[in-house]
Amino acid sequence: MNGIGASPGICIGKAYLVEREGVRVIPQYEINGRDLAAETTRFKAAVKKASDEIAAVMAETPDELRGNSSILEAHKALLKDKLLYGKVLTIIETDRINAEWALKRVSTEIAAMFAQMSDPYFRDRAEDVNQVTDRIMRNLTGSRNRNIAAIDKRVILVARDLSPADTSQIQLERVKGFITDKGGRASHTSIIARTLEIPAVLGLHNATQTIRNDDIVIVDGTSGVVIVHPGEQTLLAYEERRARYESYRAQIRRRSHLPARTRDGLSVQVLGNIELPEEVVSVLDHGGDGIGLYRTEFQYMNRSDFPSEFELYDKYRDVVEVMGGRPVTIRTLDINGDKAVTLEADRSETNPALGLRAIRYCLKKPEIFKSQLRAVLRAAAHGQVRILFPMISSLEEIQAARRLLEEAARELAREKVPHQHEIPVGIMVEVPSAVILADVMVREVNFFSIGTNDLIQYAMAIDRGNPDVAHLFHPLHPALIRMVRRVAQVAHQEGIEVHMCGEMAADPIHVPLLLGLGIDELSMAPASIPAIKRMVRMVSAADGQALVQDALKLNKVRDLVRLMDEAYGQLVAQKVYGEMGQEREKNDP
Amino acid sequence: MEDLACTLHIVNPLGLHARAAARLAAIAQEAVGAVWIQSQAGRADAASIIDVLTLACPQGSRVTLEIDNPADRPILERMVRMVQNGFGEMPGDGHE
Repeated sequence: MNGIGASPGICIGKAYLVEREGVRVIPQYEINGRDLAAETTRFKAAVKKASDEIAAVMAETPDELRGNSSILEAHKALLKDKLLYGKVLTIIETDRINAEWALKRVSTEIAAMFAQMSDPYFRDRAEDVNQVTDRIMRNLTGSRNRNIAAIDKRVILVARDLSPADTSQIQLERVKGFITDKGGRASHTSIIARTLEIPAVLGLHNATQTIRNDDIVIVDGTSGVVIVHPGEQTLLAYEERRARYESYRAQIRRRSHLPARTRDGLSVQVLGNIELPEEVVSVLDHGGDGIGLYRTEFQYMNRSDFPSEFELYDKYRDVVEVMGGRPVTIRTLDINGDKAVTLEADRSETNPALGLRAIRYCLKKPEIFKSQLRAVLRAAAHGQVRILFPMISSLEEIQAARRLLEEAARELAREKVPHQHEIPVGIMVEVPSAVILADVMVREVNFFSIGTNDLIQYAMAIDRGNPDVAHLFHPLHPALIRMVRRVAQVAHQEGIEVHMCGEMAADPIHVPLLLGLGIDELSMAPASIPAIKRMVRMVSAADGQALVQDALKLNKVRDLVRLMDEAYGQLVAQKVYGEMGQEREKNDP
Repeated sequence: MEDLACTLHIVNPLGLHARAAARLAAIAQEAVGAVWIQSQAGRADAASIIDVLTLACPQGSRVTLEIDNPADRPILERMVRMVQNGFGEMPGDGHE
């Protein structure tokens, strides 16, 4: 099978299928009079079991997480709620139907009640009821708890799609590789896989139908190939390739701790993007000069309340201290359709990518935003912290965010809480209006950070998660090159730095162009740092500038790809990736 | 029968959310007769979390707690106290 090679590397192992909730069909049948008592007993037993399960989870919850467990108490109480428990029992008896069917009817009715509510907070409480009914349903149907957190052997995950919430539950040391039906190179799964250096092939369309549990599978994330039930020869060949790839990785890593300087002496900072605090180690391992993008959404996910300021501060401080004086760029909460926060996600948005997300959400919920800002300022007392506001599309947003940041600093000063209020403030340039207004915005900030993934999505109108159009998503689009150029020029005129933290920065072939355009700092998945540093050392900034002049004369992605390939393809293939270069994926349109 | 009902405001920042509703319902379930909670959105059975949640009462909303049976007066009083204390989750008593 051929898919999109989303994270390089090879792995061989057994498949583990992750089913999707809601796909399961609920059994529906009638119950005759004699068996009614048994059916209600069956329902009561399922509820009792659910109640015991919740009690067990609560007993395991350490004291400091009590805030979380009181929602579990609410769930436990919901199990016996009249409108749920009482009603299901009544329906079983009056309509003479099986418990699953009755439960489904009741839960659908309750969901409809909540859906009509105008207050989004209360509307989302439907989720609490859902979790409770799901739990009862699981006990009724006896289907094993599909909890990917419980995987106990090293497997290759096969799923239709993995949401960030799913991936955050996975014990990643148990996962050898990822295979999904949906998703593209820039999807969330792909980013996670690359960060953790787990091979991944995405966008296979029908992998979940073709592959069965425990099938032996080879995943070649470099070329995007998946082989099911390989023959002995194939298995041997891939095993050999896998060993070669790992030794190459080890070798390239050793030189990575040295600074990256071009042949003509330009020093380039190469930083890592992280999502989980634990990934800091990976950044240091790969020789990163700092954190260029710390995505902070994870602490808000998979929970029913908001993290406290202290909880956030504690995590940020960990990251800052481990980085020991190297810059840590904390991006404030960027929730969107892809990363729905359980507590607040407004599922009624038809177009979440263009909806209430990131800075818009934060400015609308200043209390939530401010507790994060306070946590960032407090963590800043322990090292070198920069703050980054996402999805900025107007000047007012920067000003409003800065005002709240100043307010947070004043509050901390008044409360005599240790903090550092003089930190660089930057914005993500990822909305086309920010590119156009860069000359205005530049006066309000200390640095720009170009997020190429979203900028391409918004400028070219391409949903990067849609396999039908994912191939159109290409950083070497003439429009993108012109946008990056404009932002860099404006920044340098005002004397501020411009960084890039999108996937574009993670491909060595783009390095000369980006240096020529004047990008001061590149940030990427930690695993890509060594290759990028190696590339920087082999090129010169002057050549990069000449390349930009040539690139500006070309008007098609295909021509630009050819230009880069002719100028640097050999170098990347032979010197950066060594022999692995031969297998380097050709992703040309 | 004035003393079988009490009107008051929801003071805690999160309003009558799931946990608060659960605590309220737990008390209401001890009552002999029915316990009601009335807001501008309508009337709900205080013993049902789901019913209470569907009233969607944010901070500042006005609600009336009502009992059918005079024997439940101590229950009404406990519920009133709980609402007035903001379900023990007012700023300053839960935060770090």
